[in-house]
Amino acid sequence: MTATTVSTVASASGVKAATRLRPARILLYGALALGLVATLAPFAWMFLGSIKPTGEIVANPSVWLPRSPTFGNFQQLLSKQNFALYFFNSTLVAVTCVAGNLLFSSMAGYAFAKLEFAGKRLLFGLVLAMLIIPGVTTFVPLFVLVSNLGLSNSYLGLILPFVVTPLGVFLMRQFINDVPDSLVEAARLDGAGDARIFLRVVLPLCRPPLATLAILTFLAQWNNFLWPLVIAQTEDHYTLPVALALFSVGANGTNYGLLLSGAVTVVTPIVLLFLVLQKQFIQGIANTGLK
Amino acid sequence: MGARARRTAIAWTFCGPFIALFATFGLWPVISSLSMSVTDITARDIRTPFGVNFVGLAHYTALFTDPTFLRAVVNTLYFVAVGIPLTMVIALAIAVALNSGIRRAKGFFRVGYFAPVVTSVVAIAVVWRYLYEPDGMINSILAVVGIHGPDWLNDPNWSMPALILMAVWRHFGIPMVIFLAGLQSIPADLLEAARVDGATRWQSFRSVTLPLLRPTTLVVAVLLSIGYLQFFEEPFVMTSGGPLGSTTSISYYAYEQFGFGNYGMASAASYVLVAAIGLLSFVQFRIFRARA
Repeated sequence: MTATTVSTVASASGVKAATRLRPARILLYGALALGLVATLAPFAWMFLGSIKPTGEIVANPSVWLPRSPTFGNFQQLLSKQNFALYFFNSTLVAVTCVAGNLLFSSMAGYAFAKLEFAGKRLLFGLVLAMLIIPGVTTFVPLFVLVSNLGLSNSYLGLILPFVVTPLGVFLMRQFINDVPDSLVEAARLDGAGDARIFLRVVLPLCRPPLATLAILTFLAQWNNFLWPLVIAQTEDHYTLPVALALFSVGANGTNYGLLLSGAVTVVTPIVLLFLVLQKQFIQGIANTGLK
Repeated sequence: MGARARRTAIAWTFCGPFIALFATFGLWPVISSLSMSVTDITARDIRTPFGVNFVGLAHYTALFTDPTFLRAVVNTLYFVAVGIPLTMVIALAIAVALNSGIRRAKGFFRVGYFAPVVTSVVAIAVVWRYLYEPDGMINSILAVVGIHGPDWLNDPNWSMPALILMAVWRHFGIPMVIFLAGLQSIPADLLEAARVDGATRWQSFRSVTLPLLRPTTLVVAVLLSIGYLQFFEEPFVMTSGGPLGSTTSISYYAYEQFGFGNYGMASAASYVLVAAIGLLSFVQFRIFRARA
């Protein structure tokens, strides 16, 4: 009896709430949609512009939809500009940095979390402190160092400064720290050495932080431009953002068709990756607060 | 070899590669930068970085008498003081809207709003430079409501607001997802209780949601201040610090000094930034600890 009364009251108020909320809900969706349109408008302009001839891009009043869509801009990027090479360079640098970060950070993370050695706490403290050091602080000495090592204008010069990051070790150490010691001890009792414990017990559990680290590293390196801009001095070592940055200040600065199609070339791979791995991207960045 | 020595050797094998690379490309530059800031090192000393003279705090005193640097400090504070609250309010508003019980299209909205975070600033600058043209898209929209928009990037009064808007667009997705996670951890029955007590939506937001969100808000504030104090990419790709130095930030000033070959000055300017970031994080963590 009591139960029936409660449920009747509840459903009545539910119906009332639903009818009363409807205008508010429509307003909410409307506001969210409007905000989304404003947020995505620059992308729309970029993608639509990349398939317009330059005349249409600079037309005033501006037109959104291309009247005579063309892939001419992209053809020029490939034939007159070396964008295929820059694409390869960007990929090479990003993938190597991802591999280095995954390997070295998980190894170091294991040592910091599960092994004892002198200087461990001091070293980990330095890793933490490094997280808030601004990039501009290490920039000048890093440039002097890499030049003196004879690595400017080389792939190694582009890659080595980013092949390990304090963020990577921090992420892996925090995760491996939460792996129960009993698992590690049980493997040890079975006669497994540290290499075996690391590869067979710890690493298989580390897929979530490894995915986060891979995404954050790839994103940072794909979009990195200041370091490659000073290190890559000849075209054969340009990455995509470097090529685009130099392109937009040079004689081609007003060739909007080429510029927009170049921008599309830089943005599309990462946006596609983001759409495929959206959960991991968003969680990875939400958990670390970094990109 | 004793068991203890063996264990140490194993541990160093595991973290050796990391430590070697981290020491060379992380720690050494940080120390080196601090020592450069008290020497007269320039681009000509690049091959002989140890053959330079000690100048004490001369660069630091020079910085604080250099009107360009003081302007850069003011610009950075302007960017931080306007940019952080604006980013937080927009991020929180969208997070609250996404969390207010809509199920349909929630994931779609979240992905869309987050998209600017993953894009290259160099690529996006191509588009934003166009948007800010005197007859570009932003001014065309303003013209519809009868406002004659400025020449954003070439007007010293409007260049900074233009870069702030672009930076907010590029970054609000990060605090948005952090706020979303914070909002989802607020127990629904607390808000339900407030509603039963007759609180309006705004009242329960003010007196239930916001206080419970305080730890999240502080985390966001710390992250944004560390990031925004380093303000560099927008002036670099959009305005080259101009017009008339109106968008030169501390980071940009340091980079400019590097370009002039004044490595000592560049390092000193970057250490002013380190001090500011260290101090601010310290203060915020103290507040965080006191309130949490």
